[in-house]
Amino acid sequence: MIAFLRNTWRGLTSMRTALILLFLLALAAMPGALLPQRDLNAGAVEDYIAANGWWGRLLDRLGFFDVYASVWFSAIYLLLFVSLIGCLVPRTFEYAKALRGKPVLTPRNLARLPHHREGRTDAGVTEVMAGARRRLRGWRLTEREEDDGARSISAERGYLRETGNLVFHFAMLGLIGALALGKMYQYEGQVIVLADGSEFCNSGTYAYDSFQPGLRVDGTDLTQFCVRVNDFTANFLPSGAADYFRADIEYQTGEDLETGTWRPYALEVNDPLRIAGDRVYLLGNGYAPTFTVTFPNGEQRTQTIQWRPVDLQTYLSEGATKFDPPGITDPAERREKQIAVTGLFAPTAVLQGNVLASAFPEARDPAVAVDVMRGDLGTNSGRGQSIFEIDQRMVDQGRLERVARENLRPGEEIRLDDGTVVHFDGVERFAYLQVSHDPTQVWVLGFAVALVLGLVTSLTIKRRRVWVRATPITDDDGTGRTVVVLGGLARTDQAGYGEEFGRIADDLLEPEPEDAERVPAGRET
Amino acid sequence: MPVDETLSTYSDWCYGSAVGVYVLAMLFSLVDQAFGRHGTRQAERTERTRELVGAGAPVEPPEPPERPEPATSGRAERARRFGRMAVALTVLGVGLHVAALVLRGFATGRVPWSNMYEYGATLCLAAVITWLVILRRFAIQHLSVWVLLPVIVLMFLGGVVLYTEAAPVQPALQSYWLVIHVVSIALGSGMVLVPGVVSVLYLIKVRKPEWAGRLPAADVLDQVAYRTTVFAFPIYTAGVIFGAIWAESAWGRFWGWDPKEVVAFVAWIVYAAYLHSRATAGWRGGRAAAINILGAAVMVFNLFFINLVVAGLHSYANG
Ligand code: HEM
Repeated sequence: MIAFLRNTWRGLTSMRTALILLFLLALAAMPGALLPQRDLNAGAVEDYIAANGWWGRLLDRLGFFDVYASVWFSAIYLLLFVSLIGCLVPRTFEYAKALRGKPVLTPRNLARLPHHREGRTDAGVTEVMAGARRRLRGWRLTEREEDDGARSISAERGYLRETGNLVFHFAMLGLIGALALGKMYQYEGQVIVLADGSEFCNSGTYAYDSFQPGLRVDGTDLTQFCVRVNDFTANFLPSGAADYFRADIEYQTGEDLETGTWRPYALEVNDPLRIAGDRVYLLGNGYAPTFTVTFPNGEQRTQTIQWRPVDLQTYLSEGATKFDPPGITDPAERREKQIAVTGLFAPTAVLQGNVLASAFPEARDPAVAVDVMRGDLGTNSGRGQSIFEIDQRMVDQGRLERVARENLRPGEEIRLDDGTVVHFDGVERFAYLQVSHDPTQVWVLGFAVALVLGLVTSLTIKRRRVWVRATPITDDDGTGRTVVVLGGLARTDQAGYGEEFGRIADDLLEPEPEDAERVPAGRET
Repeated sequence: MPVDETLSTYSDWCYGSAVGVYVLAMLFSLVDQAFGRHGTRQAERTERTRELVGAGAPVEPPEPPERPEPATSGRAERARRFGRMAVALTVLGVGLHVAALVLRGFATGRVPWSNMYEYGATLCLAAVITWLVILRRFAIQHLSVWVLLPVIVLMFLGGVVLYTEAAPVQPALQSYWLVIHVVSIALGSGMVLVPGVVSVLYLIKVRKPEWAGRLPAADVLDQVAYRTTVFAFPIYTAGVIFGAIWAESAWGRFWGWDPKEVVAFVAWIVYAAYLHSRATAGWRGGRAAAINILGAAVMVFNLFFINLVVAGLHSYANG
């Protein structure tokens, strides 16, 4: 059992396993790019499943539409995490040992190393050794006495490579950890705010149109702040392409909430408002037509509700503005009399026949093409409703009926058979805001930077060794001379050590370079 | 800011000429590849090193000497002259290529890499310059044909299928990150196309030596691929991180598994695997080369398939 566990552990932490896990992770990530994903586009997922029958349902069951939250993706990711730790722990110990250790003994036969030069000099052994030590300043050295009065130096350099490598891998661990923590404590919410001085306060999830909490966020203690959107500016190129968006907002947070102080900010794309650990983004914009309904009893109701742009080139928008009849207490009767104004809005209207289209995204000549519906909107049915649409089921069941269809410009109105008047007042802009909160994203950035620095260090620095041996000999003519032998070895597969070795050898053997056997040296530029 | 039509036309003209000059360079280099004497000499040199190194020690392949050794026959010498002309033409092509981008930048009053056409041109420029830098260190100019071929194909597709009129950019792109992120990504992805091609040659050399008489020694190819990848990988990594920083301020989150992000991640993983494979027994050599090719393929897939077929947040894809 122990043996089994040990073997499993060894297997898991081997380089080969890590490689295979890396490939599995890459493979597992791919479907997320090729299939629609629920958290990006839930509608597209539903369409895909509907279009592909059992195959779509099977993919759904297997998590292919939520790849990055699926069991299999997390499993690979976790295994890789464990494997990484298993690789790193022993390597860290070895690294610590190597830092204290001495360069290895000089091999007996330096001629067998990949880099090798040899020469003779009149200088004595001590002199040669001193010269070599001077030349090898910055290298980690040990000098040893050998037999026959010979002495040798072993030198090693490039320990930083291993440092960089460990930094890289630990940064990756840290990054993964920070991401996981972020998933717990982050939240993101979207809200539409009219650009007429309307306010939004981050006081709870109910204030949002949609909200995506992290696993540990229940929405009870969100950062307190408020935002007021006073104005919205948009510029478009003559082609209709967007050129510039800005929401002029005011915000308050912290003490300002008590004192009622508002601070101005120009919210632009690429330039979020950062307050109290939250960020507020300008994600989109659009139009909100205002309708006033005068009911037969003379009471009036006015509503300005955002309609959804269906074409970003022209801002042709669709939506539904819904009204409850005032002063009617009987629920059954009220359900006969509810009103919805639904259809299309065009900021720059062009009529093709009787069909409304838009020629430009700016509100130069706004118009709506609407159906007025009367009856039961289904708002009390308990089912959630889109604010952009009426409930089609109510229409199909005959409980909601179309009572008028008309194109209106601002100031125009429709009079219904029962005397109700629907008046198109004009149009307001809205800003689509997102609030994001992620307490660990700064850590993620820090680890990412460390990761790159570690990577660059470990890929550019070579771990390399050089040995110098000086042996005293007596020449044929009886004078004492010294044979100097150099050997070099790069411990990593980065080439290019030849050049540096050549320079060292040149410097040490300069007096008699013609003796030396030349290793094909690098081309120096 | 209005677009300067004249400059934009000159830019298009330079682009076309650059492609033309690259085609010419490729043909010249083809002559060199076909008739120059390469494979044998390189092979000999490797043999020599082997002896020198002795058994057991890791081989550090030699780098080629400064000047090619004197060719043995007149025909080979003529072919080599074609090879040198091919390099000169490539340099000329790079000049035109740079001019095309600079002119477009002036025409639009912004950086010239804001749609698929421009981005493709920038990426190809990075690839060709990478190749020229490699040629300064390794005498393998007769392989130019294999690098120029994919570049020409990409540039042709870019100029014909993806061509976009010069135009200003939309709000999401009005940020200095457009310079930082895109330059590093284009540089990183352009550079790795070269080792991708070289790794294909490596595989041919190792698996089908009978086809590869004129290719340099396998470990020269391996070195070129490895050194270039090792240079490009951190740049690419930084580019992805810059992208994440930009996404944090443009899209509201630094990472959201948008299709482009997914494939950028996959490519990153593949290259990480490449680096690791070279340190793993049984994977270095052929398998490592295959991984490198896979990495380059994922990059190209990200550029074309993801941009053109899968909709994502990257707005340059549809502009
Ligand atoms: C291989 C991968 C990638 C490539 C080739 C790439 C390329 C580009 C290019 C060319 C642009 C400029 C768009 C334009 O000028 O129209 C751009 C913009 C951008 N990229 Fe990337 N990118 C990659 C990966 C990423 C990643 C991983 C992220 C985020 C995590 C990211 C975030 C951004 C952002 C936020 C923009 C801004 C603009 C927009 O809304 O279109 N990119 N990218």
